[in-house]
Amino acid sequence: MKKLINQPEDVVVEELQGIAYAHGDLVKVHYNPNFIVRADAPVKGKVGVISGGGSGHEPMHGGFVGMGMLDAACPGAVFTSPTPDQMLEATKAVNGGAGVVHIVKNYTGDIMNFEMAAELARAEGIDVEAVITNDDVAVQDSLYTAGRRGVGITVIAEKISGAAAEQGRSLKEVADICRKVNAQGRSMGMALTSCTVPHAGKPTFDLPEDEMEIGIGIHGEPGRVRMKLKSADEVTAMLMEPIIGDLPYKSGDNVLLFVNGMGGTPLLELYVIYRKAYEIAEQHGLKVVRNLIGPYITSLEMAGTSITMLKVDDDLVKLWDAPVKTPGLRWGV
Amino acid sequence: MSISRDDILAWLQDVARIIAENRDYLVQLDSPIGDADHGANMDRGFRAIMGKMGEISDKDIGTIFKTAAMTLIATVGGASGPLYGTFFLQAGTKTAGKMEISIEEWAVVLEAALAGIVMRGKAEVNQKTMVDALTPAVQALKQAVAEGKSQAEALELSAEAARQGMLATIPMLALKGRASYLGERSIGHQDPGATSSYLILNSAAKVWNGV
Repeated sequence: MKKLINQPEDVVVEELQGIAYAHGDLVKVHYNPNFIVRADAPVKGKVGVISGGGSGHEPMHGGFVGMGMLDAACPGAVFTSPTPDQMLEATKAVNGGAGVVHIVKNYTGDIMNFEMAAELARAEGIDVEAVITNDDVAVQDSLYTAGRRGVGITVIAEKISGAAAEQGRSLKEVADICRKVNAQGRSMGMALTSCTVPHAGKPTFDLPEDEMEIGIGIHGEPGRVRMKLKSADEVTAMLMEPIIGDLPYKSGDNVLLFVNGMGGTPLLELYVIYRKAYEIAEQHGLKVVRNLIGPYITSLEMAGTSITMLKVDDDLVKLWDAPVKTPGLRWGV
Repeated sequence: MSISRDDILAWLQDVARIIAENRDYLVQLDSPIGDADHGANMDRGFRAIMGKMGEISDKDIGTIFKTAAMTLIATVGGASGPLYGTFFLQAGTKTAGKMEISIEEWAVVLEAALAGIVMRGKAEVNQKTMVDALTPAVQALKQAVAEGKSQAEALELSAEAARQGMLATIPMLALKGRASYLGERSIGHQDPGATSSYLILNSAAKVWNGV
């Protein structure tokens, strides 16, 4: 294992210390239990929006804490869900009296820990609405699995829900807009390489030099099918077709197109992917009105990409365009 | 024969040791079908329980189990934290105020603990999870108790049933948890959660039987 770390067990706390030094103007870091919270939290009268998940997906979620996006984020150990005490304390820290939305990616551990946290928070008199993201079309049959995974749409849902909360919308309205984003968004990812969890010390799975994994999740867990490496255009088509066919998107729809890097893929390649994804969308009559390109929901140093597409209306576009000021996403301010 | 508060403490200490010894093994099992964190997470949780031994050493079994539960919930994360946390929480509810329990009571405790895991994880047998090791262990224990077998023999039979249940997960298709995303490719791998469940129950049999 070749990594710029000190001790595997210290990576998350040392990362948090770095974030505190770097972004003290935007966020505060709380230790034991660990969470990153907006510097001005709680914002009185505003719905709080929090998320959380295993570390190793940076900038998600901690990099999205700040005005116009998340009020707090709870980082777990690498690729491990955070714990209910973190979520409970984060929920209390951001509760401005209007309730708190929990944005939870559909993974067994995340669901169970957030469920326990919501039960505890409600017992303390805080209104909590949980929204589960499950946009990964690579998982086909939810009867025989833990259900579709929450992946790229989570980044967009956090941005749009944060903007809705900033506008002063109610708890139910913010939760509903988050559910709408999830319902209208679809994603699929692929990997060129595995990744190494620091405490495991070796790659999570073996992927030969000339092969790729299609339908990968964001934890280095193997995906749907493994095959010989293909060109960027062919790979893009293999990701775009299941996405477009699933919702289904229809000709004339306006969409937000998000090409994400898994951590080890350069922007150069992501723009090559975006080029083809854009063309495929246009061929289907979809108008790409907004985009996001870059590593926003990563899987440590994994090389690969995921594509997320969200069908948007005027309200969603306005919320997307609304000012945001976080370490990982910033515009309009 | 019975199981005393000190037996429970000795069991938790042994589990912490066994999990630490098997940390890398559990990580290895979790790598092909999960996310390579089960051993590290369980080790972190039981180490944290060891850090609480001072404050629970003179407490009743219910308090010991509840402290272990809250510690696991707060330190393990993943799915295992809430699942084993709920396991010990239910065990603690059944043993509140008790300084020792009979083997008959232990069967009731274990059944309640398993019911807690099933409630939290919504898993059934044959889905390639810890439930596949725990369910036969509870059944074997109840049967042994009903047949009037000795405590030592009942614990032994229960641990062996857990081992068989763990091995039975190898050919299973995963239907819950992260392994389920693999579909057919989950077949042929032993479930890490079933493995840690076996290790925990086997430790109880060994420690309480003085093996």
